[in-house]
Amino acid sequence: MEWIEFLYENVATNFDIRMLIMWVIGGILIYLAIKKDMEPTLLLPIGFGAILVNLPLSGVITRGANEGALTVLYEAGIANELFPLLLFIGIGAMIDFGPLLSNPKLMIFGAAAQFGIFFTLCTASMFFDIKDAASIAIIGAADGPTSIVVAQALKSKYLGAIMVAAYSYMALVPIIQPPVIKLLTTKKERLIRMPYKANEVSKTTKILFPIIITVVTGLIAPNSVALVGFLMFGNLIRECGVLNSLSETAQHVLANLVTILLGITIASQMQYDTFLQVDTLLILGLGLVAFIFDTAGGVLFAKFLNLFLKKKVNPMIGAAGISAFPMSGRIVHKMGLAEDNQNFLLMHSMAVNVSGQIASVIAGGLILNFFM
Amino acid sequence: MNFEPMNFITNLPYMVKGMLGIAVVILIIIGITMLVDHISRPGETGSDESN
Repeated sequence: MEWIEFLYENVATNFDIRMLIMWVIGGILIYLAIKKDMEPTLLLPIGFGAILVNLPLSGVITRGANEGALTVLYEAGIANELFPLLLFIGIGAMIDFGPLLSNPKLMIFGAAAQFGIFFTLCTASMFFDIKDAASIAIIGAADGPTSIVVAQALKSKYLGAIMVAAYSYMALVPIIQPPVIKLLTTKKERLIRMPYKANEVSKTTKILFPIIITVVTGLIAPNSVALVGFLMFGNLIRECGVLNSLSETAQHVLANLVTILLGITIASQMQYDTFLQVDTLLILGLGLVAFIFDTAGGVLFAKFLNLFLKKKVNPMIGAAGISAFPMSGRIVHKMGLAEDNQNFLLMHSMAVNVSGQIASVIAGGLILNFFM
Repeated sequence: MNFEPMNFITNLPYMVKGMLGIAVVILIIIGITMLVDHISRPGETGSDESN
């Protein structure tokens, strides 16, 4: 009978129907991760964590003198932006900049495809204060670590909603991008062929590239040094050729370890009383706006360039400048093949996709420069 | 949460500065990268390995 009393006094009286809603949301994220294979590395831990933190009197959250594990992890790795930066080392080690370096001019499309971030900044500022608007806008970076670092540095209270939006839309890129691309291009434009000619890239270039990016970006946007620096550090480990075991560790062990902790810790910001607000729905809507206008920005820029180029580019590759790597590049390649089964856009679209990773981090650094 | 439509216009300079900032950084990176690759390209210096 004591346990019934305990259940009533401690659990039932602390139960809120909104907790049940959060269990459903957590369950949906887990379902999407497992059944639909949508960004399972993050959506599954986030979904499970959402259930954990929304149990009555959950011990994973610090309550009074009782420290909760997720709160400790949050303070240790999210509040100080450490986990996403460590993850960036792993991501940098995974990226091969070779196709981009064989045609560095393609980086300009990565820049154009960050338009959605700044458009969403203006749009979100109609509803939120400017720092929250900037944190929401960075969903358009299509890059989890950048979103976490920026939202945390700007002390946004919407970190949970921002992360759910960012990772969900990254997984939905195959659904979001194609209609936008088709709307903004003609059949004739989608049929433009771009033969690929592999240019040799020297090892010196591959080694100096991450250093160049770090120095240039760091001089112009000092607040981006952590973001860019850790990403490029990972890439330098990969490209130097003398740290293969460190590169392997960064790509696999480090990335996986941090991802496990990152996902479940972010969920500590998904407690029902802060997450279930009208603001959350608005943030989800604005995140979609960011992705749509990122895609539009890249495609329209490519179309604009074609007015001046003798050798036209297929404007679809502009859409690959969104930082959802490698999905966005593959989507553009598939759309090219669907129009013309001899039109292989993969190397171009992947080069642009990789440049989007660089550009999105630069955008994050600029946002921090503007508002910190 | 208040709805302030004029904030869209007020904050447009951030859009301009942001896009220009990214463009400038990327253009500088493109230029330096092309220069480095040109200098270090195999066959021109005879001393570099290529991948």
